[in-house]
Amino acid sequence: MQNSSSKKHFVAQYKQLVQAITPKSKVGQGCLRAFWVGGSICVLGQVLIDMSMYFWRFTMTQGATFASITLVGVTALLTGIGVFDVIGKYAGAGTVVPITGFANAMVSPAMEFRPEGWVLGTGARLFTIAGPVLVYGISSSVLVGLIYYFLML
Amino acid sequence: MRAENRMGYQTVIYKNRPQIVASACAVGPREGKGPLGEQFDLVANDADFGQESYEQAEAALLREACRICLSKAGRGEKSIEAMLGGDLLNQIMASSLAARSLKVPFLGLYGACSTMAESLLVGGMLCDGGYASPVLCTAGSHYATAERQYRFPLEYACQRTPAAQWTVTGAGAVILALPDASEKKAQACLARGCMGRVVDMGISDANNMGAAMAPAAAATLCAYFDDTKDDPKQFDRIITGDLGMVGSELLLEWTEKLGHPLPREKMMDCGLTIFDPGQDSHAGGSGCGCAASVLCAHILPKLASGEWRRVLFMATGALLSPTTSQQGETIPGIAHAVVIEGVQG
Repeated sequence: MQNSSSKKHFVAQYKQLVQAITPKSKVGQGCLRAFWVGGSICVLGQVLIDMSMYFWRFTMTQGATFASITLVGVTALLTGIGVFDVIGKYAGAGTVVPITGFANAMVSPAMEFRPEGWVLGTGARLFTIAGPVLVYGISSSVLVGLIYYFLML
Repeated sequence: MRAENRMGYQTVIYKNRPQIVASACAVGPREGKGPLGEQFDLVANDADFGQESYEQAEAALLREACRICLSKAGRGEKSIEAMLGGDLLNQIMASSLAARSLKVPFLGLYGACSTMAESLLVGGMLCDGGYASPVLCTAGSHYATAERQYRFPLEYACQRTPAAQWTVTGAGAVILALPDASEKKAQACLARGCMGRVVDMGISDANNMGAAMAPAAAATLCAYFDDTKDDPKQFDRIITGDLGMVGSELLLEWTEKLGHPLPREKMMDCGLTIFDPGQDSHAGGSGCGCAASVLCAHILPKLASGEWRRVLFMATGALLSPTTSQQGETIPGIAHAVVIEGVQG
């Protein structure tokens, strides 16, 4: 008994030491970078919507679809030529949270697992990162939809 | 017989002092741009080393390191009586592929990033006991294959934490042989070894491997100094494999707490030697190839030239698998050590 409690104390002491020595992430700098890059991506999206509505007489819904497709396409291209991970390393959540993060999460495993073939490589591993987001995103939207339906009855 | 070969609980004595007759390493482009760039035997132009996949590139790097080592020793593949080695891939595949092309008797090892010290430790025993000589001891790793196995796809845009380490793309090979009058002058010899125990202090953060491995490193060093009554000051360097910035600091603090303070000026970490701080490797290099390539490019030449006479080379490994990590298991650490001495006069 004595032994096990002193061992616990020993482990706790080590964990304290680890916490003291391990450098922390720079939260303030990270937030600022995420804010300006993420914000710029959203502004770009808005510009695309407004432009398409002004020049091509798109409706709001059509414009939003056009902006999403463009951002996803550009991200996929930048991921493919090895630029997007550099931007993401700088911006963190600034590129992960907008639709660009989703595009990158699909394209990067598609490229990574290509040597294992189209079916068991790219095909099977395509959703390794985005999969959980889809599963829980769609499940929770169904749940919220049901709640909304019954409340509105 | 047994008493001559062992000392204390974990330490072994190589009484025939197996000699390191040749060593070679092959590394990737990023390592080539580091502070040791000029000292590597081969620096690949591309991370894929002209191969179809990174796994093949890792195997090719290992194969090249072995080939260069054999030619430096002036030996053919057929003269090698045993090859020992491992890497970070599942089923230590890169080593198996390299051994396939060399066609020599092969014993695969897994000690995560401690593999180079493990292969020297066990290879030294085989050699010293007369079971095989010469013995080829190897280890290698590749940044891209380690990332895909333990973390994210290469092009996935994520940030690394400050304590994260960068897996070295590189491989090292060392040929051990019993002293022989006909042999060319050896670089150094093995004097002692210390087999590490698995130590786990409850660290589960896979982005802080230094913290997971430091207690194992401290345990092996304390065991060695308890077993042999050696003084840390008798070494020119006490060299750790890839503890990095965080782990190296923790090792100093923790060994002091355990009653074996280490002289800070004699400590060296391969993970902090292979990259410049400006190379964006965060807490330093890691991987089997880190200790292996720094050993062959930096440590052994210094022993051969007589600049250092006696070093303790200890590589540390974080024995984690992605599966058990996801299941919430903590990271067991291990560290193996060998004492390498110069052969002057």
